[in-house]
Amino acid sequence: MNALVLPIALPLFTAAVLLLAPSRPLLQRWISFAGACVLAIAAVLVFVRVERDGILVLQLGGWPAPFGITLVADVLSAMLVVATAVVGLAVTLSSFSGVDPRREGFGYHGLIHVLLMGVSGAFLTGDLFNLYVWFEVMLVASFVLMALHRTRAQLEAAFKYVALNLIASSLFLTTLGLLYGGTGALNMAELATILPARENTAYETILAMLFLTAFGIKAAMFPLFFWLPASYHTPPAAVGAIFAGLLTKVGVYSMIRVFTLLFPGDPAMLYTLLLAQAGCTMIVGLVGALAQQDFRRILSFNLVGHLGYTTVGVALGTSAAMAGSIFYILHHIAAITNLYLISGIFLRLRHTTSLPELGSIFRERPLVAILAAIPVFSLAGVPPLSGFIGKLALVRGAFGAGAWWTGGIILAVSLLTLLSMARLWSESFWKTAPHEDKSRLPGVILLPIAFLSAITVAMTVAAGPLYQLAMKTSDQLLNPALYIDAVLKGGPQP
Amino acid sequence: MELILAIASGVLFGTGFYLMLRRRLAQLIIGLGLLSNGANLLIFTAGGLTRARAPVIAEDASQLARPFADPVPQALVLTAIVIGFGVLAFSLVLAHGIHTMAGTDDIDEIRSGSG
Repeated sequence: MNALVLPIALPLFTAAVLLLAPSRPLLQRWISFAGACVLAIAAVLVFVRVERDGILVLQLGGWPAPFGITLVADVLSAMLVVATAVVGLAVTLSSFSGVDPRREGFGYHGLIHVLLMGVSGAFLTGDLFNLYVWFEVMLVASFVLMALHRTRAQLEAAFKYVALNLIASSLFLTTLGLLYGGTGALNMAELATILPARENTAYETILAMLFLTAFGIKAAMFPLFFWLPASYHTPPAAVGAIFAGLLTKVGVYSMIRVFTLLFPGDPAMLYTLLLAQAGCTMIVGLVGALAQQDFRRILSFNLVGHLGYTTVGVALGTSAAMAGSIFYILHHIAAITNLYLISGIFLRLRHTTSLPELGSIFRERPLVAILAAIPVFSLAGVPPLSGFIGKLALVRGAFGAGAWWTGGIILAVSLLTLLSMARLWSESFWKTAPHEDKSRLPGVILLPIAFLSAITVAMTVAAGPLYQLAMKTSDQLLNPALYIDAVLKGGPQP
Repeated sequence: MELILAIASGVLFGTGFYLMLRRRLAQLIIGLGLLSNGANLLIFTAGGLTRARAPVIAEDASQLARPFADPVPQALVLTAIVIGFGVLAFSLVLAHGIHTMAGTDDIDEIRSGSG
């Protein structure tokens, strides 16, 4: 049995079982949760083997690269697959506190696992067309999850989401056509031996810009992020959580993977442009967050803003900055997923996430407030939590690379984040609510939140080893020869 | 032939984007369809056009003789057509749902308008 195929095969298997099993809610929830547990074990297994043996490669169907489709796991992929499984665990755990019956009747649990399969596939594939296919798997599952509910605002949001993501997919597909036409290859390792060796011509410029646009839409980078704040605040908390935690990160991962392999030089000022985009994303996202009056809309804009942090590393291209970005991605997945799950508490108690309606949590439900304080202040970058460490690593990376402007923007934007999070905290937890809430809160709703808060705390405590890991990842990324050799010459076989 | 297909693909992209900028849902969906077909045609053309040369090794040869039709772009296009079809069907159902619920197919009126 080959470990690399497990993070893709297991969610597919779980989804199939969920489709066939009787549609009793409790049974479905348990199967879904058990599937997520097994996925988490498999993900950790892959990660441990990658840590021990170096880059793992699986040639599907026994076809040697570049003729067949290759699955590759380096430290970055393995780490992100583990993060995917963690988000999967939290989201399936949150379904025990209730899913709306309409969604559950239409295969909500199965769709979550299809989404997890798409995300794991995108992280593990070594073939660009295969990446497109995983994008589509992930998107179709997310489309259905988004559109299952039928209020006007939700349908409108779903349509915007669908239309803009389909444009991104078409652009990506177009890029792949041009890429294959010009190089005759789609395997990323093979492309990495062909493209960088070439003279920089208009062809490479076109490819780089098309990739930047297609992945820019997926990753919600400035100026292509408008679909995200327009849609992420409408679905239920658990769906919003899995989207926010994983989907944009796949776009960021694709950028890191494709740009470090295919465009290691700086064709057409690709990285200058990306750096400018990252800076604008950070500023616009956080300024936007300050203007919002709704818990989930503030989170959406914070999500956009922080995606800027995650792309600074690849744009600067130094080991320290890249490590900072990778650390930040891991921290951000845990924190933002948790915050969207916390918005579910407000939906349960007050049936709204509009800030003026919220409050009194700290006085009436101190446990909820303490658990929520961890992701809120971690995202805000309050020391010693993981967000602070991520930002510190990034600032050091940026100044170390001589990017004074970027470092300055990162510092200014973390101040804005602090402001935005402090406002969020005082409005929704601290102040006295305008109405008293009388609804009871099921204790089980706190389980996934406690789980993710514990992960954030663990990241803080284990920040040293985690940063070492991020450094190792970035060294691996900045030395594409390792990846190329592992895929084309058959590195350590799993 | 390449030129004609390139122009056709360009026209599909152009009309697709134009239609996607309109406010009616139906036009937007037709635009999406045209856009994905433009992309398919582009992959097909970019992969190189070869007429009546199947990629089969002749009986007396040990390897494929050039020129031959590259099967990879065809496989890619086939996959993309299937995915595009599924996604298009989904957007149609979604648009139908919106139309039934909101009573309008004007994107700006979906949230605000009456119905």
